[in-house]
Amino acid sequence: MPCIEARGLRKTYGPTVALEGINLRVDEGRILGLIGPNGAGKSTALNAILGLTPYEGELRVLGRNPWDERDQLMRDVCFIADVAVLPRWMRVSQALDYVAGVHPRFDRAKAESFLGRTEIKRTSKIRQLSKGMVAQLHLALVMAIDARLLVLDEPTLGLDILYRKQFYDSLLNDYFDHSRTIIVTTHQVEEIQNVITDLMFINHGRIVLECSMEQFEARYAEVMVSPDHLAAAQALGPIHTRQLFGRSILLFDKADRGQLAALGDIRTPSIADLFVAVMGGNSEAGGNK
Amino acid sequence: MNGASEIAAESPMNSNPTENPNPVRPFYWSVRRELWENRSIYMAPIVAAVVVLFGFGMTAFNLPQLRRNALALEPARMRAAIELPYDAAAMMIMFTVFIVAIFYCLDALHGERRDRSILFWKSLPVSDLTSVLSKAFVPLAILPVVTFVVVFATQLLMLVLSTLVLLPSGLAGTTWQLLPWPRLLSILLYGLVTSALWEAPVYAWLLLVSSWARRATFLWAVLPWLAIGAIEKLAFDTTHFIRMLVHRLTGGFNVGFVVVEYPKETHVPVVDRLTQFDPVKFLSNPGLWIGLVIAAAFLIATVRLRRSRGPL
Repeated sequence: MPCIEARGLRKTYGPTVALEGINLRVDEGRILGLIGPNGAGKSTALNAILGLTPYEGELRVLGRNPWDERDQLMRDVCFIADVAVLPRWMRVSQALDYVAGVHPRFDRAKAESFLGRTEIKRTSKIRQLSKGMVAQLHLALVMAIDARLLVLDEPTLGLDILYRKQFYDSLLNDYFDHSRTIIVTTHQVEEIQNVITDLMFINHGRIVLECSMEQFEARYAEVMVSPDHLAAAQALGPIHTRQLFGRSILLFDKADRGQLAALGDIRTPSIADLFVAVMGGNSEAGGNK
Repeated sequence: MNGASEIAAESPMNSNPTENPNPVRPFYWSVRRELWENRSIYMAPIVAAVVVLFGFGMTAFNLPQLRRNALALEPARMRAAIELPYDAAAMMIMFTVFIVAIFYCLDALHGERRDRSILFWKSLPVSDLTSVLSKAFVPLAILPVVTFVVVFATQLLMLVLSTLVLLPSGLAGTTWQLLPWPRLLSILLYGLVTSALWEAPVYAWLLLVSSWARRATFLWAVLPWLAIGAIEKLAFDTTHFIRMLVHRLTGGFNVGFVVVEYPKETHVPVVDRLTQFDPVKFLSNPGLWIGLVIAAAFLIATVRLRRSRGPL
């Protein structure tokens, strides 16, 4: 059974179309990175999946209709919207008590042990914690829930680099296994490149690119070309060209590796570079955001 | 290169979610949560009680003289004079709680959107119905109980204080003889139940506004009703609507009693005016049932609104 299956998922806010009838399928055990510029429809898609917003079209999450069964669905789904949603007046101990009191799959001992690795005091109020500590607390609460789907919407926004690294490390080492599914959106594309198993670009409410990371590595290649090879390289039809230290970096989709090797060193592009290549053209064509 | 898939490949395939979930009590914990967040629910009446006790203590030196004056009056006025501070204390505390209830309701579903914590609450398996009912439970059940406990404690302390002060003058026994305390407490208890039911549509309306308005909840809660009242006054030169509103806001404590009206200037104790409990009159008042139906409709609308509401 797919974890998430959407057909013709569409959402409009008045005259603005946030999602243009997308089809989506996320299988169990995947980590999907959902990447797109601001206003592309990422949050709308996540909100629909989480039962926070009504939508048109068909959507099943873990076999349920999220809009009608949000509270049931949340037994098996966790989400971290961004670091600032934990109530600031609450004490850490109260947060543990509350989640333990309402969530059937919350393992308090597990949460306590995650918190034991941090500096967070049980008696602190959330407003007294730093942003990074709030993120650690939220992650500790979420990782102690035996959920099947975890949705992370800009989870590391505003965190410093140490916390960001730690955040994904904990997630992969202490939480993720093959029976869980994770969807993550972020603007810090580089930090999830080695985390995700699947990649999806979304823009103007449409899915622009969809592939697994294996496909990503097989399809896309980046070659740094010296000026004397540039004409030959251009002839192979790169999807994007950029300049770095007087050399050209060309990004190819499904190009012949043998031919590319003759032009310079081949490497797998970063998601960020592919994003610029794919979205750069798209944004110009699409006009407004 | 692809770290996640390596880790995934190493993980066992059979780690299904465990099938013996924790016992959960979403309603209970949601109410607890309200009490954690809104300490004014119990702090405000306690502060009012402290103020009352302080005032009573400040005038205690005068108590023997006042008591001698009171004992010289005709029986009804004498009892009224002795009862007065106790009624005043109860009324101060009840008024404080009423104000707390209004502001609690106006903020209950607005604050969680303002501080974005609604996204945290909605990430947990608690239905919007449970959330809204736990918030309605505060003015309808928690606050009346808090009121009763605080009034009881305050009046008890007043009794102890007055007994101590009156002991040297040998008048201490008169308070216990003349103050119908158990009856005052039973009037209070009954009155709190009837007013909670009577005022239910008021609280439900405030919760509705709090889930709907983006800002200025107080104005949205009050202005439409004032506008209707003003239009009625201008169009028909009548004030039925405003009087109905005032009755709804202030009548809750009296509607369950047979009220004996005395001329305004006569001082009669509350126990004489609210002569007897009349639950039949209360329960057969169509205003009660119409109010409860409206309250239910407002709450259903509030649940529906909360479902589609996100952070502001």
